Amino acid sequence: MAGKQGSKLDRQKFFADPIMVTTIVLLIAFLTLFILYPLAILLVDSFLTEKGFTLDVFRRIMAMSNFRRAITNTLKVGFLVGIASSLIGLLFAYVEVYVELKTKLLEGLFKVVSMLPVVSPPFVLSLSMIMLFGKSGIITRYLLHIYDNSVYGFWGIVIVQTLTFFPVCYMMMKGLLKNIDPSLEEAARDMGASRFKVFSSVTLPLILPGLGNAFLVTFIESIADFANPMIIGGSYDTLATTIYLQITGAYDKQGAAAMAVVLLCITLLMFIVQKYYLEAKSTATLSGKASRARMMITDRSVTVPLSILCTLMALFVVLMYICVPFGALFKTWGYDFHLTTKWFAQVFTRYKGFKAFRDSFLLSLIASPITALLSMIISYLVVKRNFKSKGFIEAVSMLAMAVPGTVLGIGYIRGFSGGLFHTGILQGLYGSAAILIIVFIVRSLPTGTRSGISALRQIDKSIEESAYDMGADSFKVFMTVTLPLIKDSFLSGLVTAFVRSITAISAIILLVTPQFLLITVQINEFAEKGAYGIACAFATILIVITYTSVLLMNLFIKYFGTSRVTE
Amino acid sequence: MAKEKKGVRLEHVSKIYKDPKTKKEFYAVFDTSLNIEPGTFVTLLGPSGCGKTTTLRMIAGFESPDEGEIYLGGEPINALTPNKRDTAMVFQSYALLPHYNIFDNVAYGLRLRKYDRATIKQKVTDILALVGLEGMESRMTNQLSGGQQQRVALARALVLEPGVLLFDEPLSNLDAKLRVQMRTEIRRIQQEAGITAIYVTHDQSEAMAISDQIIIMEKGVVSQIGTPQEIYYHPKNEFVADFIGEANFLKGTLVEKNGSDDKATGVARIGEDKVEVQEVGHLNVGDPCELVLRPESAVLADEGQLPCKVVLSCFMGSYQNYHVMVGDTLVKITDFNPKNKKIYDVGDSAFVVFDPKNVHIL
Ligand SMILES: Nc1ncnc2c1ncn2[C@@H]1O[C@H](COP(=O)(O)OP(=O)(O)OP(=O)(O)O)[C@@H](O)[C@H]1O
Ligand SMILES: [Mg+2]
Repeated sequence: MAGKQGSKLDRQKFFADPIMVTTIVLLIAFLTLFILYPLAILLVDSFLTEKGFTLDVFRRIMAMSNFRRAITNTLKVGFLVGIASSLIGLLFAYVEVYVELKTKLLEGLFKVVSMLPVVSPPFVLSLSMIMLFGKSGIITRYLLHIYDNSVYGFWGIVIVQTLTFFPVCYMMMKGLLKNIDPSLEEAARDMGASRFKVFSSVTLPLILPGLGNAFLVTFIESIADFANPMIIGGSYDTLATTIYLQITGAYDKQGAAAMAVVLLCITLLMFIVQKYYLEAKSTATLSGKASRARMMITDRSVTVPLSILCTLMALFVVLMYICVPFGALFKTWGYDFHLTTKWFAQVFTRYKGFKAFRDSFLLSLIASPITALLSMIISYLVVKRNFKSKGFIEAVSMLAMAVPGTVLGIGYIRGFSGGLFHTGILQGLYGSAAILIIVFIVRSLPTGTRSGISALRQIDKSIEESAYDMGADSFKVFMTVTLPLIKDSFLSGLVTAFVRSITAISAIILLVTPQFLLITVQINEFAEKGAYGIACAFATILIVITYTSVLLMNLFIKYFGTSRVTE
Repeated sequence: MAKEKKGVRLEHVSKIYKDPKTKKEFYAVFDTSLNIEPGTFVTLLGPSGCGKTTTLRMIAGFESPDEGEIYLGGEPINALTPNKRDTAMVFQSYALLPHYNIFDNVAYGLRLRKYDRATIKQKVTDILALVGLEGMESRMTNQLSGGQQQRVALARALVLEPGVLLFDEPLSNLDAKLRVQMRTEIRRIQQEAGITAIYVTHDQSEAMAISDQIIIMEKGVVSQIGTPQEIYYHPKNEFVADFIGEANFLKGTLVEKNGSDDKATGVARIGEDKVEVQEVGHLNVGDPCELVLRPESAVLADEGQLPCKVVLSCFMGSYQNYHVMVGDTLVKITDFNPKNKKIYDVGDSAFVVFDPKNVHIL
């Protein structure tokens, strides 16, 4: 048919906008070079040997019993963590949405819990787990008088990861439950169903796909997690830690690359199921806005036990977080509980704490505005513009969401340490601050893009069109209309990127060179050595930084946020 | 006020879309040719989905035509982006920039055109006075009523003095009363500014009230172009007649024809009855024909052209509403001012009476 003229004209109009074309070209170059290429090189590395394309490397790693064990370990942990997190998340969400909360304490705790995933640095829960339940743990040793308790291994990882990830599930499930039209449940109740029957026959079927979605999201997070298994896994290795050891310990770059490919395949597969099957289904059954307020459950035989259960669990989580600063204040954890500032002092005097603080802070500070801007640009292009390579941009930024940090780290090592395709081109990048910043950007880009996309979808398309119609080019439209309208999303993207960057570990630990000291890498190092006092001191500083920046952001949004209504 | 009134010409313009479900391509607009004179107010009218918005957006530049060429003031503009076209659009949702106040909204386009501050201030103040929003410069958009937002949208488009002003159902978000008020206002402002305007609506009374010319569209194709009177009294086909106002259609055959020009008169047979008809130049004796009878053009009487049976009779205050069967065709009749006339009841036999001048023959 004659659709040609239309697309030709569209193309012509598109190229009449040089800033947009340049932006898109640069963006595609960036995504290709820093997301696609490192993954591609992993594939090349693991298939290409002196004998040409073979499966030799895979055969070799599959023959390693520790790798095979790592696969089953990872899947076992992920499965259990996924189930536990989504159920606990559901419990919290249900209590918040359906049960009348009487106590201020519980309301406060719910808020704290929902904040945690934003500010939680890695290791923190593992550290406190060790300090509370380990050999010299306060609870195990002093309260229960168990002297040889081991928290390391399977259960340690499962508990710590569950506590780390369930708040994410809680937030997801809360969103779903709030969208259930109360009249559905009231109708069932009217027909004589008991509370439990209503839950199992109406509520649960409605949110089942959402629950599955939460399960898979957590499953993926668990599989990709590096920090916790590293500290608390002991000899129980998961894929992420095995890959790390393979490259840092055994210097087997090819083997590590092949292992990374295996890990990537697993997460990618789950990601695709999650993204394209469950995510769409999880909201399809829900009508959207609840038609009116829900009748809260006030029956004390239900509210009291549920409230107590949630309070206890939330308190426990909070306790774990509080434990860390205290760990930095006691002389010798588990033996000498005199207060001291020596660990903090040592951080700065002996262990170059100031440099670590500065490096982490500066690198993250540089990365975050770039990330925020980039994700807003991507969201704008994906939601508001139509052009040929849009699908590519969308797909690759999605893909980044499914790539575990460890995989990305190995990809960067293989892709950039010898220059592009081992030719020496761009070799200067490796080991520089730039590559660390790029890793920060790539790691936070998907989150920012996702929030940008959902913010932009809320904006009526004709608002931008009207600006375009009045004579603004794409760049002007973006700067004067789009960006101001999604300012809140941009600001929170900025802080999220900052927090994610300063707490990042999995990819960065593989790429950092001695000239940079990063707080997270320091925590890992000292926790590995068993120097918990120092590790806790570093972690405390990290928590303070992240928490302060989140608070600052909230203040900032409150005063400079979008609602610029003046009387 | 406009720098230069511009005409708009569409030559064999088509737009093809892909149905998102079936993936099949279809013509949203097919082979449309229009010639809109400078300074006129033209309405695109048609049922939902007939391609009005698509046509308008092709003129604005948001969509590119798949066939044909669009001219603005004599120049082909197919390859121009919306920001480079001398058009300004008023959107259905107003599309005001919510982070700017009224002044900044109206000044937005002027600033892009790099006018100096004093000029901008002057122009904005003038245009706000024209649309009746003096003194509201510093309000935010969410502090305005729907009608006021509509005026801002209009001011914002007018202030750029575009060659042509485009409206896409600008009044559909307003309540009925305000709609009537605003449409008169829009017409007044268009006349005062002497600007070319293309206006999309699916409300026929709106189209009647404000247009110099109405373009009726059906399924992507232009059915008829004409003044409101032409469209109402001389609809080209059943669709147009039915879409504009209410119409009864009586099928018959032309059995007699006197004269050969447009004004030729004749006789048509409907069922067993014969009626006089006028303006049948386009038909030959023996041709099937269709009488378009407006409900207000006919009355009931004891004697007349077509015998009928009353099936509904309903007093509506200013008129009596009848449904009668002529043969097996339902005919609606509104008899105005029924107070001193005979009222027929359901089941009564009567005759439909009309003046042949008031009947249009298809
Ligand atoms: N982007 C698009 N992709 C595919 N089909 C489209 C697209 N935009 C419009 N259409 C289809 O083209 C046809 C004409 O649409 P258009 O918006 O021009 O109708 P309209 O006359 O303005 O109707 P309404 O009075 O409801 O606004 C419709 O069938 C519509 O579904
Ligand atoms: Mg429309």
